[in-house]
Amino acid sequence: MPHNTVAVVGAAETTKLGVVPDMSQIQLHADAALNAMADCGLGPKDIDGIATAVETPVQLAQYLGITPTWVDGTSVGGCSFMIHVRHAAAAIEAGLAKTILVTHGESGKSRVGNPPRSIHPQSLNGQFEQPFGPMGPPSLFTIPVLRYMKTYGVTEEQIAQVAVVQREWAGMNPRATFRNPITTEDVLNSRMIAYPFRLLMCCLVTDGGGALILTSADRAKDFPQKPVYILGTGESVETPMVSQMEDFTSSRAFRVAGPTAFKEAGITHKDVDHLMIYDAFAHLPIYGLEDLGFVGRGEGAPFIAARNTAPGGKLPMNTNGGGLSYMHSGMYGMYALQESVRQMRGIAPAQVPNAKISVCHGVGGMFAASGTIIFTNEQP
Amino acid sequence: MPEPGRALPQPTPETQHFWEGTKAGELRLQRCDDCAKVYFPPRPFCPACASRKVSVFKASGKAVLYSYVIHHRPVPGFKPPYAIAVVQLDEGPRMMTNIVECEQTPEALQLDMPVEVVFEAQNDTIILPFFRPAKG
Repeated sequence: MPHNTVAVVGAAETTKLGVVPDMSQIQLHADAALNAMADCGLGPKDIDGIATAVETPVQLAQYLGITPTWVDGTSVGGCSFMIHVRHAAAAIEAGLAKTILVTHGESGKSRVGNPPRSIHPQSLNGQFEQPFGPMGPPSLFTIPVLRYMKTYGVTEEQIAQVAVVQREWAGMNPRATFRNPITTEDVLNSRMIAYPFRLLMCCLVTDGGGALILTSADRAKDFPQKPVYILGTGESVETPMVSQMEDFTSSRAFRVAGPTAFKEAGITHKDVDHLMIYDAFAHLPIYGLEDLGFVGRGEGAPFIAARNTAPGGKLPMNTNGGGLSYMHSGMYGMYALQESVRQMRGIAPAQVPNAKISVCHGVGGMFAASGTIIFTNEQP
Repeated sequence: MPEPGRALPQPTPETQHFWEGTKAGELRLQRCDDCAKVYFPPRPFCPACASRKVSVFKASGKAVLYSYVIHHRPVPGFKPPYAIAVVQLDEGPRMMTNIVECEQTPEALQLDMPVEVVFEAQNDTIILPFFRPAKG
């Protein structure tokens, strides 16, 4: 399915990011959605499709006053929003809806209207992982990494440098939660969370939201903002249990979603001007660079350490500061998409000059799922 | 009041044989009668070829330490720091576990070191499989 026939015409984050105790989770969705509608001059009556995760499309449709002809409640973790964009593009092409709203909101820090999620003891995770003491993503997402490090001779210093480089990008972004520069030593001296992972190799925990509005490319020129076209998309899932990943040094879901998007877009890696790789933890950009084929196996960490993805490097990556320094409400994928859209509009705080193609790659769960969106600002 | 313990599994019809096995001091896996694939976690069909003709068998209990983290945060039933590990069984599948009878340090926990299963009762009905450094 060759794309470039659908565009993002509205995009916004919540007015406030970080610690937002005066908004419940559903209101964070709504705040972002209202900002995105204002961004493109539309109202709820103009929207006929809605997609969201964790909260249901039913809740959001009623709350926002939308009567949809198409809904998508795909909820596979933080890359759900990449997958929503993919499904929305297909739905618009198929004529199932004309104008689709994708929303995210998460009271990850303040936990207002965000009930704790529990793992049922009869689930496979509940039977075969939880009894051994994991407590959320910092103790699960990180489990494959020692095997990766041994396989490729990667050091803790190299993993720390991922966080250092991303902090450099965050320093250029007034909305980033953490902006002060850090050194490799700072990362390696920060509190141990789950060896080999230290605090500064782990994402933030914040409140916030974001929303996107998509429509057909032929309508997109009539909107106030520069259209950002969907050039290629991919999605996949692997396993809900990190212990059952096929390969601890690589994500199968990444290896399906990424190449599917590149093939659909008809581009090669040298065409990519800007890259977002969901960084809930410092190893994810390393896995992403390799699984998407930007570098060879075992080359991701040295590639980042050599400043290829840093400001001034040849492949600017996670230019908002990423989940490690910008913000991370729990399902970060929406914020990666927002940064890709800003870069394609030419309005990002750390704007990549003349960027024409942006790849935005997300993960869901603990290597459970993946979605990839390739954007362009060039007219079809 | 006792302190809350670790999260414990509740067996389902499809996993009953595994948890009955740990009670009998056996680590039970499944093998496909059609394609010979050995797999875990339990299910009454082969994930490789979808055959419903599968058999339960007693695994050797031998494995190597495949990967792990050493968790430093408090979790009910655990005394940090403790390793959350994945072992690769000699028969092929990997499973999550804890490493016992061993210092919970990077120096003591070497990847690819041989380990063997041990069983520890958590209550009257649940016995968990842990692994310790292999003896001899």
